[in-house]
Amino acid sequence: MPAVRETVDTVRKIDVDQYKYGFVTDIASEKAPKGLSEDVVRFISEKKGEPDWMLEWRLDAYRRWLTQHEPTWARVSYPKIDFQDIYYYSAPTHTPGPKSLDEVDPELLRTYEKLGIPLREREILAGVEGSRVAVDAVFDSVSVVTTFKDELKKAGVLFMSMSEAIREHPDLVRRYLGSVVPVTDNFYATLNSAVFSDGSFVYVPEGVRCPMELSTYFRINERKTGQFERTLIIADKGAYVSYLEGCTAPMRDENQLHAAVVELVALEDAEIKYSTVQNWYPGDKSGKGGVYNFVTKRGLCAGARSKISWTQVETGSAITWKYPSCILRGDDSVGEFYSIAVSNGYQQVDSGTKMRHLGKNTKSRIISKGIAAGHSNNTYRGLVTANRRATGARNYTNCDSLLIGDLCGAHTIPYIESYNRTAVFEHEATTSKIAEDQLFYCKSRGLSDEEAVALIVNGFVRDVLQQLPMEFAVEAQKLISVSLEGSVG
Amino acid sequence: MSAEPRVLRTDAETALIAAYEGARDTLPGNAEVQGLRAEAFARFRASGLPHRRVEEWKYTDLRALLREVPPLAARLSEKDAAAALALAPDRLGGLERYRLILVDGHFMPGLSDLGPLLLEGVEVEGAGLLFASQSAGKVVMTLPDIARTDAAVSLNTALAGDGVAIVVRPGVQLSRPLEILHVSTGVEASAFTRDALIVGAGAALRVVEVHVGRDGVIGHANSLAYVDVGADARLDWSKLQAAGDRASHLGSLVATVGAGARFNHLTVTAGASLSRSQSFVTIAGEGAEINLNGATMIGGDQHADVTLVLNHAKPGSRSRVLFKNVADGSADGVFQGKIIVAQEAQKTDGKMMAKQLLLSDDAAFVSKPELEIYADDVQCGHGSTSGRIDEAMLFYFLSRGIPRPDAERLLLQAFLADAVEAIGDEEVGAALEGVIEDWLSRRAPAEKAQ
Repeated sequence: MPAVRETVDTVRKIDVDQYKYGFVTDIASEKAPKGLSEDVVRFISEKKGEPDWMLEWRLDAYRRWLTQHEPTWARVSYPKIDFQDIYYYSAPTHTPGPKSLDEVDPELLRTYEKLGIPLREREILAGVEGSRVAVDAVFDSVSVVTTFKDELKKAGVLFMSMSEAIREHPDLVRRYLGSVVPVTDNFYATLNSAVFSDGSFVYVPEGVRCPMELSTYFRINERKTGQFERTLIIADKGAYVSYLEGCTAPMRDENQLHAAVVELVALEDAEIKYSTVQNWYPGDKSGKGGVYNFVTKRGLCAGARSKISWTQVETGSAITWKYPSCILRGDDSVGEFYSIAVSNGYQQVDSGTKMRHLGKNTKSRIISKGIAAGHSNNTYRGLVTANRRATGARNYTNCDSLLIGDLCGAHTIPYIESYNRTAVFEHEATTSKIAEDQLFYCKSRGLSDEEAVALIVNGFVRDVLQQLPMEFAVEAQKLISVSLEGSVG
Repeated sequence: MSAEPRVLRTDAETALIAAYEGARDTLPGNAEVQGLRAEAFARFRASGLPHRRVEEWKYTDLRALLREVPPLAARLSEKDAAAALALAPDRLGGLERYRLILVDGHFMPGLSDLGPLLLEGVEVEGAGLLFASQSAGKVVMTLPDIARTDAAVSLNTALAGDGVAIVVRPGVQLSRPLEILHVSTGVEASAFTRDALIVGAGAALRVVEVHVGRDGVIGHANSLAYVDVGADARLDWSKLQAAGDRASHLGSLVATVGAGARFNHLTVTAGASLSRSQSFVTIAGEGAEINLNGATMIGGDQHADVTLVLNHAKPGSRSRVLFKNVADGSADGVFQGKIIVAQEAQKTDGKMMAKQLLLSDDAAFVSKPELEIYADDVQCGHGSTSGRIDEAMLFYFLSRGIPRPDAERLLLQAFLADAVEAIGDEEVGAALEGVIEDWLSRRAPAEKAQ
């Protein structure tokens, strides 16, 4: 019971309107002029001291973006975004690539402290015994500090900001950037390609098992600043890496746009595990404010027997538009997607996955748990497809939705395309509410309404929570309960 | 995006525009109905035929697939119609039933069993009269929101020239099934029909809607059935689509089901090179019970789409959907099923299942079951599977000396018959299972051994 006790305590402490992480850090920042033009793209590229090929890549993306239209097919509605009313670049000043924590703006460190990020190594070691987490902290748009770099270096793992990677490992970046999510993939991915500010770069060499979980904390901070991260993770033959991404954002009245791109490449026998906990500001009780989260995440199982596993816990953002996908090109490759999406208040979630079976005997598994409360709408949208050469493809999909209250909506939209008779696809989905008898059972044993709901919901999402690395599982469990606060009684 | 100006029209679009402009002044209906027609056609003119970027038509891209729309069919004389009817195969075999006959989209009262129907309390007239009537015309042309703006429905509203209008008086229990037979004769022509069936409170009847046509003839049919099932009534409606092998068929069912009523629907799809059978069912009263079933058997280069939208608008209803689909040759099959549960529709119990078997390397099937739920006290679910015939089951048959083709046929027969049996009508079920057997026996030799 202590876990439940703890979640309930947290719920009591935090109110929807008093978003725990909704504070603003006041430090000087350097911005590009508002709006988007070729000049802004050049400004960003110049600021980051990028080589010409990178600038050309960005400009190409920008020109293509001008010809594209915003997608409108998702089950979300929001006022039209004025893309000329956004700052596309902002960097914390005093960051000439700090070598140690002492060089980092103390204000920044205090922010992280408030967020509870184990930035200092001793904090990490003090956290969970035996587990170590390397943090590449992203503050607004520029990577500020990277820890554990030395130890990773010993293993041969490259873990750095994208800007650094462009400078230090241009060959790798040129080879893989845009190889999974093409420049013109979709409206937001193209926008990201033009203006991405920073992000993480990971390369795990052949045969190396990354000695620790890699982690990035994202944080949107500067007023009216879109954040456009670009993450690229490459696991070479036989390599293994587990990557954790967690996000918080301060409270804002105006909507903030976030359009990240994450690309994963797994070569022969490699495995990438990518876990996300997303709890950006969802807007206040009346649905005002909140982050727009339009993300393109895709993994390519390029080699035989490779594996990519996505795990996500989505509790934040006013609007989520996100479909972490796997392209199963290598024979016998495996794709997995485990998701918990919790929506409350006026949140709108349209999320799911895509599993594209291209190679022979490829397997995929989708477990999605959606929980809708308040006035929210929570949609699972998933594609499973096997092309003509994908003999022996196998998919199992399970989507369950839980409704709490009669003003919310839960929707399931799977697309199941079978172009090969040897492909075996199974899909099942259910939607229901928390059974009265379950609630009654819990309450008859002395739990309050909220405790009972927290307990049942945590049981409902257990299959997915178990997939998370331990450091995240605890945080995720708390988050889910906090997100559902105020939805019962 | 759909907002782009479109200049190029496909041949089919041009033909549809010509058909409407040529027939506009002679299409039946009062001023209000003509207004609705103009409005519906304006929708088509603005957006053209639906294509893959129109979500509901994503997998049946009419702009690419619908190549030709021949001119509207002329009305045959009763004598010629009778001759054409005599040549059309009777797909229901010996089933005893009343018949309503439409030839090339025109209702043939002289060939239909109007007298006996009237004696049992069922009134039938041509839809032309319905379109002209003051209140009913508007109702059958306006349609509920979930159906009205659909592309095929809009075209039907604009161009429907005839059909049958059937009114079943309250409490009537019709003794025999009622067949609504749409025959297309040998001419290359298009038929746009709208049938209407009003089932009075507490009445019960069985309807079999049959579409047949000659192979080798390019034809286009766009039919719509408007169905209103009164409180506590019972309607079992089976549709057999066995159009000719070069025909295109767009069929819609728009049904409203009242409180305590029971509506069973079965779609058997076997014919046409391009077809879409769509059902828009609204549960408008408490405690209704709905069963939507279907069996699709396609081969060659057929493209068949079955799309359902089931809207639970009132509390306490129960729905069951079961579809069994097989695709052979290089056929493309599509199943789309959407269950909507409105906020008011608490205590809804809805289940949907679609199972697909692919019989050849080039066949494909796409399945998109959807749940759209706004009420919390519900039990809803859907499932979808696709794969091939189970090798273990085949092996069982083979090990008992049953040749592979026979084993496959038996397994497929059992697989498809599930959906037919679910309507719980032995007479009609037996007739439709005959259609399945027929298809299986004509099917090309079985897949090669592994």
